[in-house]
Amino acid sequence: MDWEPKILVFCCNWCSYAGADLAGIARLQMPTNFRMIKVMCSGRVDPEFILSAFSKGADGVLVSGCHLADCHYIGGNYRTRRRIALLKILIEQYGLNPKRLRLEWISAAEGQKFAQVIREFTEEIKALGPSPFKKKSALAVVEASPTVAKVSTAVAEASPGT
Amino acid sequence: MAEKMKLAIIRGATCSGCDVEIVDINERLVEVLGIADIVYAAVIMDTKHSELEAMADGSIDITFYHGAVRDSENEHLAKIARKKSKTLIAFGSCAVYGGIPGLANVTNKEEIFKVAYQDTPSTVNPDFVVPLPEWKDERGHVLTLPRFYDDVFSLDDFVEVDYYLPGCPPLVTQINQALDVIVSGELPPKGKVLASEKTLCDECKREKSENMRIEKICRPHEIEPDPEKCLLEQGIICLGPATRAGCEAKCIEANMPCRGCLGATAAAIDQGGSILSAIASILDITDKESQMSEEDIYKLVSQIKDPLGTFYRFSMPKSLLRRTKKELEKEKV
Repeated sequence: MDWEPKILVFCCNWCSYAGADLAGIARLQMPTNFRMIKVMCSGRVDPEFILSAFSKGADGVLVSGCHLADCHYIGGNYRTRRRIALLKILIEQYGLNPKRLRLEWISAAEGQKFAQVIREFTEEIKALGPSPFKKKSALAVVEASPTVAKVSTAVAEASPGT
Repeated sequence: MAEKMKLAIIRGATCSGCDVEIVDINERLVEVLGIADIVYAAVIMDTKHSELEAMADGSIDITFYHGAVRDSENEHLAKIARKKSKTLIAFGSCAVYGGIPGLANVTNKEEIFKVAYQDTPSTVNPDFVVPLPEWKDERGHVLTLPRFYDDVFSLDDFVEVDYYLPGCPPLVTQINQALDVIVSGELPPKGKVLASEKTLCDECKREKSENMRIEKICRPHEIEPDPEKCLLEQGIICLGPATRAGCEAKCIEANMPCRGCLGATAAAIDQGGSILSAIASILDITDKESQMSEEDIYKLVSQIKDPLGTFYRFSMPKSLLRRTKKELEKEKV
């Protein structure tokens, strides 16, 4: 199978991004399946961002922030923790494996941990296979071109008569 | 006297609550009938699809389409409505967001048919006879039924919509405001939602504290809520923070939480994601936070039963993920 997972990583500016930087400076080996977005705080990662990532075909999303009680903004990661926990329940209801969403606490000194988490998570996602939302759905066609003809073809394909 | 406007009311997958709400404008109906002729409205007149199809393109001035699109008849009517009308208004949450029928996106046609025609306790159907889209008798007569889709769609998934009037159903005041705009002839730019761009909390009169915190999630029947205090603070899940204002907080005034029928404001990408964020962020955060284990957090958030159905009650077909998909599906392909 020539499929490679696409993983989106949100890193907070104060701890995890520095941790990732350390992993890079130390030339730690990591799979190249991830793309990173730096945010000021893991609390800035709105659940909508994560849902957007999944709807656009991300196979996994990793959110990483400062350790508990270490948040630069005092309580940002407490909120993240709850949101991710609830979001996991939600994406499971949507039919996604909750393992596709991961929350980690990585400090600026934990380059090793960052590399380890990326390696583990990539392996896990590879084992899970492509996200079910990756496939071209009726929606993808609707979004790509809102012309009536295309939508109805997509619908006809999606729901063949009994 | 100026020529009368032509008005049509077209039904999709609807419960007809929208029809009732249109009638609820009471005396205003007289005024409306004074300036407009209703040329097509299946619920109040004897009209056939063929009559609508025979009308000249663009001959109807205003069409209200209410209901979601979930079968081939809805789709056909939606397209005809677009062709025949100068202005097409998605009326009610079903037409705007997919609405309550949109929750069918957690399942599919096969499952729905199985429940409706086989599993319900009052059904005896050993041969699993289900409605067919086409049936021919021995003499060659063909009978047809609309084709049922796997997914529920909103109106603008199929046709261009000029204005949106969300609400389940849209309130009389909202309808009146929309009528005022139509009558004045000064129509807003296309694509506008004819409701407020603020959230319901802005309109809600209940007292909200600065540092909001929910200790425990309760269902409305489990406690007697204080009528002055914010319902969220009392632990009742209220979708006000993620829902458009415009309904005058009617449900909340009756001590019932907002269920989110007006959908998200333009600033939010996804109503469910937005309320999930809001509720999770105020869920029992104390100064003992770092002593809480992941299990404690899980216990805390799993007080919310069925987040999908609660947060996307009216907007699932317009949510980011739009419908459920089984991970296992990939094995079949």
